Amino acid sequence: MIFRKVGVPFAAMILFLIAWEVLVWANGWPNYRMASPSDLIPAYERYWPLFLEMGWQTLWRTVVGLLLAVIVGTGIGLVMGISRTLRDGLYPLLVGFNAIPKATVVPIVALMFVGAHDFNTVLIAFMISFFPIAVSVSIGLSTLEPEYRDILRALGASQATIFWKIALPKTLPEFFGALKVAVTLAFIGTNLMEIVSPHGRGLGALFDSGKTNSDYPLMFAVLLALAALGILLYYVVVALEKTFAGWAERPSG
Amino acid sequence: MTHLIDIAGVRHAYTTAEGPLPVLDGLEMQVPKGGFTAVVGPSGCGKSTLTRLVAGLMRPDEGTVQLHGEKVTGPRATVGMAFQNPVLLEWRTILKNVMLPLEIVSSKMSRAAQEDRARHLLKLVGLEGFEDKRPSELSGGMRQRASLCRSLVHKPEVLILDEPFGALDAFTREDLWQTLLDLKSQEPFTGVLITHDLRESIFLADQVIVMSARPARTQYVMDIPRSGPRTLDDLYTPEAAERLNILRHQIEVAQGRAPAEPAEPRIDPEPTERAVPETLP
Repeated sequence: MIFRKVGVPFAAMILFLIAWEVLVWANGWPNYRMASPSDLIPAYERYWPLFLEMGWQTLWRTVVGLLLAVIVGTGIGLVMGISRTLRDGLYPLLVGFNAIPKATVVPIVALMFVGAHDFNTVLIAFMISFFPIAVSVSIGLSTLEPEYRDILRALGASQATIFWKIALPKTLPEFFGALKVAVTLAFIGTNLMEIVSPHGRGLGALFDSGKTNSDYPLMFAVLLALAALGILLYYVVVALEKTFAGWAERPSG
Repeated sequence: MTHLIDIAGVRHAYTTAEGPLPVLDGLEMQVPKGGFTAVVGPSGCGKSTLTRLVAGLMRPDEGTVQLHGEKVTGPRATVGMAFQNPVLLEWRTILKNVMLPLEIVSSKMSRAAQEDRARHLLKLVGLEGFEDKRPSELSGGMRQRASLCRSLVHKPEVLILDEPFGALDAFTREDLWQTLLDLKSQEPFTGVLITHDLRESIFLADQVIVMSARPARTQYVMDIPRSGPRTLDDLYTPEAAERLNILRHQIEVAQGRAPAEPAEPRIDPEPTERAVPETLP
């Protein structure tokens, strides 16, 4: 059991790294064309304190952006799930907003709140990740079968009771599904801002400095560090999901 | 005499984009205390609307719905409901599902007492030992049993059953008929059963009401006197066959497939022999 949960994913990662190493070696690519995993070790050794500091910067801004997305996204989802009128009114706005590539919003935000790097980064992480949460919560609420409401309404339960006892728990699986998508999106948002804005901080800025100094192994090392953070946060969400919505998981046959 | 449930002259229409859609037009129904009335009728004739009226989930445009001689103006805790879909909450155990109505209407009752009450009912329907399972671990019939327990846990006076056995296979369904009768003898309630199954209606109910096609009115009322315990064999007597015949004819009338004359009397107790080939070809 432990082997399948932990051993198999680790084995897959190691196989991936080996395949990567072999690919670079077999093609004889220089490290400015494609760095290999063995090139990355010196990069990590050299910049380890920087990785820790920048990684933390990226992580906390992503998490704050994500929390904001959860709060606002759930709020919008609630409103759209409960009122049909508001849903019809808000949907086109939301879809339009989501259709704008966030890379184009980054310079605008960077200019708007110039110098407020932390705020800007959190803002972009939030903007890019709240949409799936809002949509999933609203769908979860609006697709609640009327019988579920009726069994409580027939007993004279208030709307608030129906929401807490039925609507909210029933929406949790959809919510966590969306949160998994939102986690990776939030990382993209954070890094967009960190890379684009001048004097930025975080892993994105480290990537940018690798680019300006033509330190290609550093750039690849940053990408791997981002992937590691993404995996970490994803599994935090999985753990939360198991705790709060584990009931939705069917025993596999 | 006042009845526990008294529905008189009820008319109701839904508002749709194409204008009002009348569903009920002259519905009459009286159920005495402790009675069990089955309502049958063509699909879409407004049977579910009837359950929502009795449950106080909506009010009729015209006419009155009374419980205990008192006009129903909103939901009340003395009503229990069960549907074709057992609507169990997947995140709760079976025991906690059954306890749900108590959390709402008897919040003063201690948790231990709530649990005892739920366990007692689960035992009555044969679900002892499944209290801590999740609904997804139970079969369809077992889920429907749990749903029946939930609808009765707060000792409602009126139990509304909206095709509760409609999605079950024939054998499970007959098992559950017996379960329902056992429950009724232990936990007295006044029942209204919406069904599409005529056999179910004459087996369970002491009054069968046939509703006409939409907009529905009460088209036909059949009283079924009851005495002694019931078994499935009761369904295979000439008397039962005759009742089924009459009801089937009434449904055909409701569907507009037969003229409204009374069904051809078939009191002949001799069952019609069907020719069965002695050897299969």
